[in-house]
Amino acid sequence: MSDAPETYTASAEVGAVRVRRTRTQRAWIVLRKAPISAWFGLLVVTFYLTVAVFAPLIAPYGEADSSFAAYAPWSDEHWFGTDQIGRDILTRLIYGARNTIGIALATTFLAFAIGGSLGLIAAINRSWLDQLISRAVDVLMAIPSLIFALMLLSIFGSTVWSLIVIIAVLDSTRVFRLTRAVAANVVVMDYVEAARLRGEGLAWVMRREILPNILPPMVAEFGLRFSFVFLTIAALSFLGVGIQPPTADWGSMVRENASLIQFAQFDLRAAFTPLLPAAAIALLTVAVNFIVDWFLQQTSGLRDDL
Amino acid sequence: MHPVFKTVLKRLGLGVATLFVVSAIIFSSISMLPGDFGEAVLGQAATEETVAAFRDELGLDEPAVVRYFQWVGAVATGDLGTSFSGRSSSGVDRSRPVVDLVGPRLWNTLFLAGVTAMIAVPLALLLGLTAALYRGSVYDRAVNVTTLTTIATPEFFVAYILILVFAAINPWFPSLANVQADTPLGERLYRVALPAMTLTLVIVAHMMRMTRAAIINLLASPYIEMARLKGATPREIILRHALPNAWAPIATVIAFNLAYLVVGVVVVEVVFVYPGIGQLMVDAVTTRDIPVVQACALIFAGTYILLNLIADIIGIITNPRLLHPR
Repeated sequence: MSDAPETYTASAEVGAVRVRRTRTQRAWIVLRKAPISAWFGLLVVTFYLTVAVFAPLIAPYGEADSSFAAYAPWSDEHWFGTDQIGRDILTRLIYGARNTIGIALATTFLAFAIGGSLGLIAAINRSWLDQLISRAVDVLMAIPSLIFALMLLSIFGSTVWSLIVIIAVLDSTRVFRLTRAVAANVVVMDYVEAARLRGEGLAWVMRREILPNILPPMVAEFGLRFSFVFLTIAALSFLGVGIQPPTADWGSMVRENASLIQFAQFDLRAAFTPLLPAAAIALLTVAVNFIVDWFLQQTSGLRDDL
Repeated sequence: MHPVFKTVLKRLGLGVATLFVVSAIIFSSISMLPGDFGEAVLGQAATEETVAAFRDELGLDEPAVVRYFQWVGAVATGDLGTSFSGRSSSGVDRSRPVVDLVGPRLWNTLFLAGVTAMIAVPLALLLGLTAALYRGSVYDRAVNVTTLTTIATPEFFVAYILILVFAAINPWFPSLANVQADTPLGERLYRVALPAMTLTLVIVAHMMRMTRAAIINLLASPYIEMARLKGATPREIILRHALPNAWAPIATVIAFNLAYLVVGVVVVEVVFVYPGIGQLMVDAVTTRDIPVVQACALIFAGTYILLNLIADIIGIITNPRLLHPR
């Protein structure tokens, strides 16, 4: 305003577009206000993703390279020692990040594809289809998912693909319930009605009218679902029926090296070896939970303490 | 008929129906097996006759519906079928009835779950209540962060940390919880100390958070504010006004977490090599011993459904709003 004082009008000042902040600036403003827990979560997740993506570059040895002495202690060559058949623990940890996170992500995406689309369809067309899917989901949810997964794995065998599909289907039930519940509130809005009267198809209504309006709770659910899926896969692998060797995976690493814990009185560091993959799992889920908490507060004002 | 009674009956009917559908799913899993699993169980060298006899024993030549009702009938009379393991290609049959495998282990699992519940439930209610009362205090925050961390960590991580601290570094407790049928009660309690502690930590976190949320939810309602405004003491507010309405959510929380315990027990039993039904199921899954898997799945699912049903019914019965319908 100072460069052209003679043309000043109040309405121009009010109407003038303020400097539009760039995306990065806006992101930075939000981030700066984020609590420490969210920062911690973001840092941890970024670190994990970097490790997962660049695993072959970071890892000192090959994923299934078993050319070393078994159960070597922690040393400069093998930071965290070697496992029962002489594979470097650090390498396995790094590749484990890639396999475990990758499989969990794929499962979560599949669960959302199944549960999300079914939930949207059920919310839009409230007919026998809605009833049918809802009752089927009720029954599926009546069986504890770990038990169901164990049973299905005993039938289809423990391959990576059956693992992904089984857990995705079991977890899609919860996604379905959430999607249906939030979408049901949006479906009754006038603009959805308008779109349907305009003659838009089901896919358009789902994608353009409803989905953008239910995105925040869905994103939060994605985070939570991911950590649940991640924990389930870790538990199954730990039980020996999940991801199979020689694929490096944190759950089975805990199981394979568990006996080392008994040597705590002689070599404390060796006793920590089986705890490393377990801690890696725990750290990631805690981090994701922190981010989801913060995200929920940001988007809906929903707080943990009501 | 009183409306509460009607609702309860409806829930019961729904529960029974769910149990039937679940049993049908568990049963039909066997027919999803690849066709040649007779050979898979009996080995490559199995003769035609052995395989045929095996198929005959499973009754595979009868229609599935008939087999399902035979199976349900057998299960109802306590016959869970015969294990796949112990069979050989030569036709020698050393397999054992599933009931013999499951029975003693079921008792062990119930013992572990019972011990855990007896410690965890009072502890969680106490923590949840106090955290809700002193909401926002340092105590509340500390309890919150601790429980959030415990919830997000896998059970086996908690278990191994406990083993490291209480069994490996300080040899106070055994890290293997191997109990036999004739182990005396004191010894038994000592041996399940670490598994029970692990489960307690996991369950208490869930239960405490849910109790806290339920109480806080209640304390925010107008009639509590009214009581506060008319000058009732905090103690009176909690005991006279809040608690009668809190029974339903608390019962739900307890039952829900006991149901969660049913699942959590699987991993913990494997960590501590505790001879329970969870470990049996995992072993059966590894060897693809389907009858045992089915029996275990049925027991787990049945308990789970039953506990959720009890929670629902307690919720209905103790809800003052339902007792006095408009």
